[in-house]
Amino acid sequence: MAEVIWGLATSHVPSIGAAMDRGKTADPYWKPLFDGYQPAREWMAEHTPDIALVIYNDHANGVDLDIVPTFAIGTAERYQVADEGFGRRPVPDVIGSPELSLHLVESLVDDGFDLTVFQELDVDHGLTVPLSIYCPDPGEAWPCQVVPLLVNVIQYPQPTAARCYALGQAIGRAIAAFPTDDKIAVFGTGGMSHQLAGARAGYINPTFDKWFLEAIQTDPAALAALSREDFIRQAGSEGIELIMWLIMRGAMNDAIGRVHETYHVPASNTAAALALFDNRVPQPA
Amino acid sequence: MTDRTDTYIFDGNTSRRGYRMNKMFMSLRTASARERFHDDEAAYCDAFGLTPEQKKAVVERDWQAMLDLGGSIFYVYKLAMMDGKSMQYLGGVFTGMTEEEFVAALRAGGRVDG
Repeated sequence: MAEVIWGLATSHVPSIGAAMDRGKTADPYWKPLFDGYQPAREWMAEHTPDIALVIYNDHANGVDLDIVPTFAIGTAERYQVADEGFGRRPVPDVIGSPELSLHLVESLVDDGFDLTVFQELDVDHGLTVPLSIYCPDPGEAWPCQVVPLLVNVIQYPQPTAARCYALGQAIGRAIAAFPTDDKIAVFGTGGMSHQLAGARAGYINPTFDKWFLEAIQTDPAALAALSREDFIRQAGSEGIELIMWLIMRGAMNDAIGRVHETYHVPASNTAAALALFDNRVPQPA
Repeated sequence: MTDRTDTYIFDGNTSRRGYRMNKMFMSLRTASARERFHDDEAAYCDAFGLTPEQKKAVVERDWQAMLDLGGSIFYVYKLAMMDGKSMQYLGGVFTGMTEEEFVAALRAGGRVDG
């Protein structure tokens, strides 16, 4: 059966991708963040998945406000990199895994999660920046297939943190029943604290962020108990993206090993973090 | 859901109010649409059915008013990008700072006292 081998929680700020695309990662502004990624990148390069399940949100690029699916999944063989208004990122198109996507749709619907299905989808920085954080130099092709799973974090009411965590647990069960020997990485993207609009723009809460970074490993149930209002008050109006980390966490084992983490302020208007977790560690009896 | 006055909650009613304007912003992803917008901004807004207030906010680049009239920051940002403006520039507008001051505030650790 398929197995989740690791989980990567990471911010997906567009300027992180732009810094890579424009060769600015050694600039003083960006160097601390990219130095912080390095140990995780080395470990991931030695533990390569066959398929990455990337949980992210679109930012007015592949999806507009005509239809706002709370949870959605791509089932395509290929996803084009979106032009977000300044040309496509110079990274390869994304190759899908329709087999895993369709397995997940069926398993999740049977488990009570009625996902919207995208047969066609342009993927934006929410998905491609985390892939670049995993693999900075993909060359002609990304090193794994990718299944995109989208979450509405932009329009209220976003799904609750508890529902995201439960969805992750259902995904974990579904992957464990996928009849292949695929090794799967799960990416939970977005965050950390940030607010883009309003008089409170630029808000950062390092105390909350550090608590969240710790608890995502050791006490995800406490994070799943946070309300939308808790997220907005404590992590800023866009910090609610952190609910997507809980989907990743739910798909992993009860006990996970922390391989590496880094936290840096700022990436543009955002507190940026990466936390890498090994799913193949001894479980408590 | 929150009584904060310094924070926009992009809820269903806001999204309804801003729907036409947000669709217009989304259209600016393509170069041909940006050209048509440049040629006659007001006519382009009319074609998308913006209200007079929304059209005025767009043409005058009143970023705060665009949010007040139902703009989503992710959609408003399409217009800012077209103008060569950054999210830090917008952050400065919303907080009464210059772009340089806003960038410096973030580099100093962000506005942690909000």
